[in-house]
Amino acid sequence: MNVKMIARITGLSLFLTSFFMLVPAGIAVFDGQRLNALSYVGSVLIACLAGSLLLFFARGDNGTFYAQEGFAATGISWILMSLCGALPFRVSGEIPRYVDALFEIISGFTTTGASILTDVESLSRCHLYWRSFSHWLGGMGMLVFLLAVVPQARKTAGAGMHLMRAESPGPSVGKLVPTLRKTAAILYGLYITLTALCVLFLLAGGMPLFDSLCIAYGTAGTGGFSVKNDSMGGYSPYLQNVVTVFMLLFGVNFSIYFLLVLRQFKQVAKNEELRLYLAIAGSAILLIAWNISGMYATPGEALHHAAFQVSSIMTTTGYGTVDFEQWPAFSKSILLILMYIGACAGSTGGGLKVSRVLLLLKTVKQTVRRVLHPRRVQTVRMDGRAVDPEITNNVNAYLAVYCVIVLLSFMLVSLDGYSIGTNLSAVTACFNNIGPGFELVGATGNYSHYSDFSKLVLSADMLLGRLEIFPLLVLFSPDTWSRKA
Amino acid sequence: MGGDGKDKGITMRIIVAGDGKVGLELLRLLSEEGHELVAIDSSGDVLKRQIQNIDVMTVEGNCAAMSVLQEAGIEHTDILIAVTGSDEINLLCCLTAKNLHGAVHTIARVRSPEYTEQLYLMREDYGLSLIINPEKEAAEEISRLLQLPGFLKRETFAKGRVELVELLVNEGGLLQNTKLMDLPRVLGPNCNVLVCAVIRGDEVFIPTGGTTLLAGDHIYVTAPVTNLSLLLTRIGVTRRKIRHALLIGGGRVSYYLTQQLLLSGVRVKIIERDEARAAQLATMLPEASIILDDGASPEALVREGITETDALVTLTGIDEQNVLTSMYGSTLGVPLVATKVDRIGSTGILENLSVGSVVSPKETCSAHIVQYVRAMENQAGAAVTLHRVADGRVEALEFVVNEKMRFIGEPLKNLHSHIKKNILISCITHRGRTVIPDGNAHYEKNDTVIVINGRESPILQFNDIFE
Repeated sequence: MNVKMIARITGLSLFLTSFFMLVPAGIAVFDGQRLNALSYVGSVLIACLAGSLLLFFARGDNGTFYAQEGFAATGISWILMSLCGALPFRVSGEIPRYVDALFEIISGFTTTGASILTDVESLSRCHLYWRSFSHWLGGMGMLVFLLAVVPQARKTAGAGMHLMRAESPGPSVGKLVPTLRKTAAILYGLYITLTALCVLFLLAGGMPLFDSLCIAYGTAGTGGFSVKNDSMGGYSPYLQNVVTVFMLLFGVNFSIYFLLVLRQFKQVAKNEELRLYLAIAGSAILLIAWNISGMYATPGEALHHAAFQVSSIMTTTGYGTVDFEQWPAFSKSILLILMYIGACAGSTGGGLKVSRVLLLLKTVKQTVRRVLHPRRVQTVRMDGRAVDPEITNNVNAYLAVYCVIVLLSFMLVSLDGYSIGTNLSAVTACFNNIGPGFELVGATGNYSHYSDFSKLVLSADMLLGRLEIFPLLVLFSPDTWSRKA
Repeated sequence: MGGDGKDKGITMRIIVAGDGKVGLELLRLLSEEGHELVAIDSSGDVLKRQIQNIDVMTVEGNCAAMSVLQEAGIEHTDILIAVTGSDEINLLCCLTAKNLHGAVHTIARVRSPEYTEQLYLMREDYGLSLIINPEKEAAEEISRLLQLPGFLKRETFAKGRVELVELLVNEGGLLQNTKLMDLPRVLGPNCNVLVCAVIRGDEVFIPTGGTTLLAGDHIYVTAPVTNLSLLLTRIGVTRRKIRHALLIGGGRVSYYLTQQLLLSGVRVKIIERDEARAAQLATMLPEASIILDDGASPEALVREGITETDALVTLTGIDEQNVLTSMYGSTLGVPLVATKVDRIGSTGILENLSVGSVVSPKETCSAHIVQYVRAMENQAGAAVTLHRVADGRVEALEFVVNEKMRFIGEPLKNLHSHIKKNILISCITHRGRTVIPDGNAHYEKNDTVIVINGRESPILQFNDIFE
């Protein structure tokens, strides 16, 4: 294990975090809130100090970097960034307990959007901004940002691929162009462009600039922190529709947009994941609209709310326009299923990912066929080419670990004694990075009533879900820390 | 985004088809120079396991197929390098690529002796930019070494007028404990040479006048070719023309080497284990004696005259066997030993073993291609020749001075503060006359300058050597 390389990467990511914390510091100064400004500046200093110590420790690293270093560096970076990112909330006293602050910022970085705040609107603007911006950063990944910005020594340029693989969601992560740096730059270029478009559309609908930025960050990162207590409910239907469309857009694999820029329309059209994603979203919207049509004045309004909630839940964003807690059980069960499916691989969304579901379905089909014709030779195909059996095996393994961890955390959280529906949906919503669940943690509820222990378990779930389990899991394996045996 | 402006030279898009030993070495070297690389291989396993630490994009499939080349983005590629195991696929790959994208430069590895005579024809007709034959180049290198025994390695510059040679500092020899500033006095008059790199243990460095040579050091020396034999005489290595050579293994390098040795009047004996191959060699090389036996067995070696031969060259396909046989030959006192390695680097662990000169077709061939790529990168200022020595840790580059280069006509002593650390101007050839420069020397337009680079980062243009 090359501890020095890991220290270098985590150190750099701390510097990046502190750099972005300067913006809320500026907002606090602008708003004339001295304590808030100081709390951000202090946190920046602490993060920079920790980062410098790490970089100092890392001097003279030799560049050996393999998959295990990539996983470990990603896991540790995310943990350290969360620890530092939570400081301003605690220092300023607006979130008086550090556990709560940590829960809030992890929820931000992992684009979950689950909150412990009972009254969002009482939070200062700088904190609201930092919460929402953490969604944007965590959505595409901070290490990917590092790869795009920090020049890599050419000898170790290949190392970045391990970081990208560890941080980017999906069963297989590929490059768009031959060099990693350009790939990362293209991803962020698309990300920034789409976010800017979202902001423009929101501004056009008369939303204030501050709200538009925060809502756009939450939409782009598929996070779900709002600046209002009723999430998106108070905004005009136009603004809600804009967010519906952009949530769906950010749930699409970003390589699709790259193909569109390259005018490879045929390839886009035959992308199986995209087709399944749109098909699931479309049918869920129609089914729920039919199911809830009695509750709203016109079928159009039912469709409007169904569309918003489906794209919010499926892309794991977590905004709400209405309290879907009041919806019939059928609609809620559809939403619960969507929570598990999640968005496309290579998007900013969470969940199992549509492509994993697709591969699982295909493997199931294959297994059924094998039962009928034991000697039949078959390959799993996707987008017109054979899928490496290793990938399908990894997907199966991932599902198994996923179930184990979800059930385990469900059990641990249940110690607090709330209902099964609350606990299961809380774990589901945190692990899949959605935010709101059902019952006590539903659209109008929040996570403040859980005990510290449960909050830590749920925080861990959010990180595990965002990084897709393995980068954090390897930190606990002795094999990771030694190459000796 | 990012600071791409910092990268020097032009970034080219290069496809490397075939990821065997040479392909991987090329990917490693070219990615260090910052090019955009796409690797094609028919085996996804190779792509996944071998290339995971290099910054490249990978495409799985047959590189000669149109669809695969298109997937690799041939339409906006500058150079295609085909180095799969099969000559025919390499050629077909280049042909297909040229058809899809006329402006692409194609480099094919063609190594079958049967095609040797038609190489020029193929180059013309198929529009290839370069055909490389690593085995033939390795054979030429070995042959050069055998012609001038005493040097572990010889690389030529300036159309053959200057050479870079590797020497071992012997225990008790003349060079041991010599300070480099005293070297001219030790070697005597008219022996104008410059020690430009020293390998000591794991360390490689560019020496200064105060460096003292120790026994066991490998040193790289640049010298006008006319001084080489004098150098050997002065340091006490007597030079005797070889008359016999014993070659172990009858592969392609063996074939090419035998051809060249026979031409210069050396008698060659090849020990080959495979009956069919031995018969084939006997037909192709009637003047050589082909022995059907196991070259790894000491008994067979002694029977075939290892104790009497002038030179032992181990050329089997198994590196370990070559190393062992060469060590055996050295202990028996064979005057000249050369070893071919494919997988292990030509330096590193081999440095401390008595295996004589080490030749690696993989490294020779990759250096050749990298040099071609560099020449394309910057038609005007790029190095005309590039040799990598000491396991690639030191480069020797030959530049032809043009008006854009800095400090033309300036005495070298004034340049000291401008030249980067670990870089040395080791040789200047002015109108066909080669000098090892002292502080008063300078270079003029159209001179040939040889630069030694012991830095991590590559030198792409001459002006890169200055701060």
